[in-house]
Amino acid sequence: MPPARTILGLESSCDDTAAAIVRVTDTDATILSSVVAGQTDLHASYGGVVPEIAARAHAEKLDICVEQALTQAKLPLRAVDAIAVTSGPGLIGGVVSGVMCAKGLAAATGKPLYGVNHLAGHALTPRLTDQTPYPYLMLLVSGGHCQFLLVSGPDSFSRLGGTIDDAPGEAFDKIARLIGLPQPGGPAIETAALKGDTTRFAFPRPLLDRPGCDMSFSGLKTAVLRTRDALISTQQGLTRQDQSDLAAGFQAAVVDVLIEKTRRAFAAYPIAPNRTLCVAGGVAANMAIRAGLETIAKQNEGTFVAPPLALCTDNAAMIAYAAAEQMQKRDPDDMTLSARPRWPLDTNQPAMLGSGKKGAKA
Amino acid sequence: MSHPALTIHLQDAEATDQIARALGQRLQVGDVVLLQGPVGAGKSHFARSLIRSLLKEPEDVPSPTFTLVQTYETVSGAIWHADLYRLSDIQEVEELGLVDAFETAICLIEWPDRLGTLTPESALRIDLVNTDDPDERVLSAEWSDKKWEERLEGWSA
Repeated sequence: MPPARTILGLESSCDDTAAAIVRVTDTDATILSSVVAGQTDLHASYGGVVPEIAARAHAEKLDICVEQALTQAKLPLRAVDAIAVTSGPGLIGGVVSGVMCAKGLAAATGKPLYGVNHLAGHALTPRLTDQTPYPYLMLLVSGGHCQFLLVSGPDSFSRLGGTIDDAPGEAFDKIARLIGLPQPGGPAIETAALKGDTTRFAFPRPLLDRPGCDMSFSGLKTAVLRTRDALISTQQGLTRQDQSDLAAGFQAAVVDVLIEKTRRAFAAYPIAPNRTLCVAGGVAANMAIRAGLETIAKQNEGTFVAPPLALCTDNAAMIAYAAAEQMQKRDPDDMTLSARPRWPLDTNQPAMLGSGKKGAKA
Repeated sequence: MSHPALTIHLQDAEATDQIARALGQRLQVGDVVLLQGPVGAGKSHFARSLIRSLLKEPEDVPSPTFTLVQTYETVSGAIWHADLYRLSDIQEVEELGLVDAFETAICLIEWPDRLGTLTPESALRIDLVNTDDPDERVLSAEWSDKKWEERLEGWSA
């Protein structure tokens, strides 16, 4: 049995700056430390993540995060076996900051360097937290991405479908802004929806009438906008109840689409004794979505795995873990490792985003 | 100063696709297209159709809302698809490298009001507006640089 591998991971591809140390054996994975320096406060007043502020903040915080991760793990840098870093996809400024920092650490210590796909980090998290066996079905909802993946190995992902336009996270942020709720939109809409009536407004369930696992949320956004405009023009504003009902109606539509498409994704998942449905990414924090997915897994006699929230959103432990699995299968990257703003997990599948024949209409 | 120059009624999303592809055929490196209109007017849809029609290899055209800029290699040169929705400071535009791209690429820019004084004078402005029909859009195009008169000849035909 190979000895334990101790990996330092760095993540800086979107809102958060993070560093973590993970120790992985053949049977077990332990997070020795996971530091996430969020930028939510910095961004709240701007209605979302402000990217250039983010790039600067990443550059300023990365080395501090690394130091904290080492301190919390009670390890010197030389005790680390490899350095892993998110090298895409994401905000290019942030990704570059992370890659440069990782290269510096690798050059200074002589440790091997691994560039990791941010989405692979999310997609492999169920193995870090629950030792989920391959293959498993993954609904990956993160930032601008939303896709169904069949995960059969640390670098083997096949995409069953996904959104052809907006991702749900983006739709949540934009709808929140449209109806006067704060950012980030996900939690704001979920909270408002608790007091809302899901049946007051009939919003479309885009692409439900079409086969396959592809989804669309852009037309839903337009429908909510039209309803909002109609309310404002008849009553000169939105009441708190209107806000809640719009939020509830919108969220219900998103949940319905995700649930039905998950049901179809299960159909593409080879029958096996222990089928597992996993969900990861920020939107996985939404309790309505989570509950719906749990039901689908149960109906398919499968297991539902949703990693703890701190590991569902952006973090560096997932990057360290992904590298720990991948390093058994591939060579390290060299100093030519570069940041990739776009980096599909499954390059064998035809392009999907923006491929809607009839655009974003329901 | 821009002058209103062209108004096109787009019956449905398919008509928007067509007009976007036809514009794509006419663009060259150094052209900047500003895509204006409210949320849901179809700016991203327009940009995606245009980009997809010029790609060498079909690939995903994700929304640039999170990443701000997505770049593509196309048969007509590099395309920068930018969404400035989340920007608050003109300095951030410069940090993106967008000003250089105005010269070296074809730029499609959503939420271009964030450009402020950096807005290139030679840009083509495209405004998309919703109508009472949920599928229909009205596109208006304006420009002040005379190159567009020649470039857009037969575009809406």
